[in-house]
Amino acid sequence: MTTAATTENPASGARGDQPPVPEGAVTVTVKILRFNPETDSEPRWESFGVPALPTDRVLNLLHYVKWYIDGTLTFRRSCAHGICGSDAMQINGVNRLACKVLVKDLLAKGDKPTTITVAPIKGLPVNKDLLVDMEPFMEAFRAVKPFLITYGNEPTRERIQSAADRERFDDTTKCILCACCTTSCPVFWNEGSYFGPAAIVNAHRFIFDSRDEGAQERLDILNDAEGVWRCRTTFNCTDACPRGIQVTKAIQEVKRALLFRR
Amino acid sequence: MTLALDKPRSPRRPAARRSNFELASWLFMRISGLALIVLVLGHLFIMNILDGGVHRINFAFVAGRWSSPFWQFWDLSMLWLAEIHGGNGLRTVINDYARKDSTRFWLKMMLYVSMVLILALGSYVIFTFDPDIPAN
Repeated sequence: MTTAATTENPASGARGDQPPVPEGAVTVTVKILRFNPETDSEPRWESFGVPALPTDRVLNLLHYVKWYIDGTLTFRRSCAHGICGSDAMQINGVNRLACKVLVKDLLAKGDKPTTITVAPIKGLPVNKDLLVDMEPFMEAFRAVKPFLITYGNEPTRERIQSAADRERFDDTTKCILCACCTTSCPVFWNEGSYFGPAAIVNAHRFIFDSRDEGAQERLDILNDAEGVWRCRTTFNCTDACPRGIQVTKAIQEVKRALLFRR
Repeated sequence: MTLALDKPRSPRRPAARRSNFELASWLFMRISGLALIVLVLGHLFIMNILDGGVHRINFAFVAGRWSSPFWQFWDLSMLWLAEIHGGNGLRTVINDYARKDSTRFWLKMMLYVSMVLILALGSYVIFTFDPDIPAN
């Protein structure tokens, strides 16, 4: 494809004519913070009128914009069911997964027109529109060694764990690495290299795993200047987590483990 | 064909320094905060409410209080705890909000110098206070 996008030759992702508006749909304004690195020097707001059912997810609205209005809109989504963690974005100012927020929860009271603002998650470099560079986030994740560390001979059978030992870190196993928590953290927005809540959650998952023997290494890493002590307990992360992980609590548990170790 | 990648390697962060400084400063904030609740509220109560409040404060009143080692110790610990507590709090604020390394460095230098000056001056006054200077 060499020509620019036209109606005959739509931009990638476009799916032709708009489908008929379903019964019971209301038109909501979807205001998206867009950025095209090839033409824009600053991000700009762009609004689209989209027919929406109360049972639609915000992701459906973005699909509508991309498929029928402007095929150049760029965002990540994969499973669209709240498991893969691809479509984290700032919806009406708070970090949410677009596939888990329903339009009916965002509709304006009474008969007032509804505007839904959608912006990329904050604190990570924006590549295009809602698509951010996740590398700083993943770098912090890798830095806490999020894998099983053991020493000595491997057991001949599987590593057994009691239900109570499993329960100890159950909450932090739920993380899907969507970056909602880390990009809601004011300390992470700063130009530092704070690990961010998600990395600490994933360290917590192994630190409190009875089968793992790398807890001291991870605690040393998180004891550093950019580690858990930079947490200001603003609870933004707990509020943002689409999996309901008690993120701030997990960070406090790592702090306590550091205080009382040895 | 070669791979054209902006960042062929993931960025590295410096290895952990195995220092307990941030732990200690976090703990200090909690403990000094608790102590300051008693010290400062007690101080405010004595100075502003008890026995006619601020209207009875004069040179003689201060001299009378500082003749007792108990009040000297009270004021000295209040001075040191409040100054280091506040200074450490400002240090974290500077760490969080300064955008450039040079800004961060100079703001912290100003902070540390002011802390040292205030601690030195305050301690000097408490330790060398002479109640025999004629009051004006």
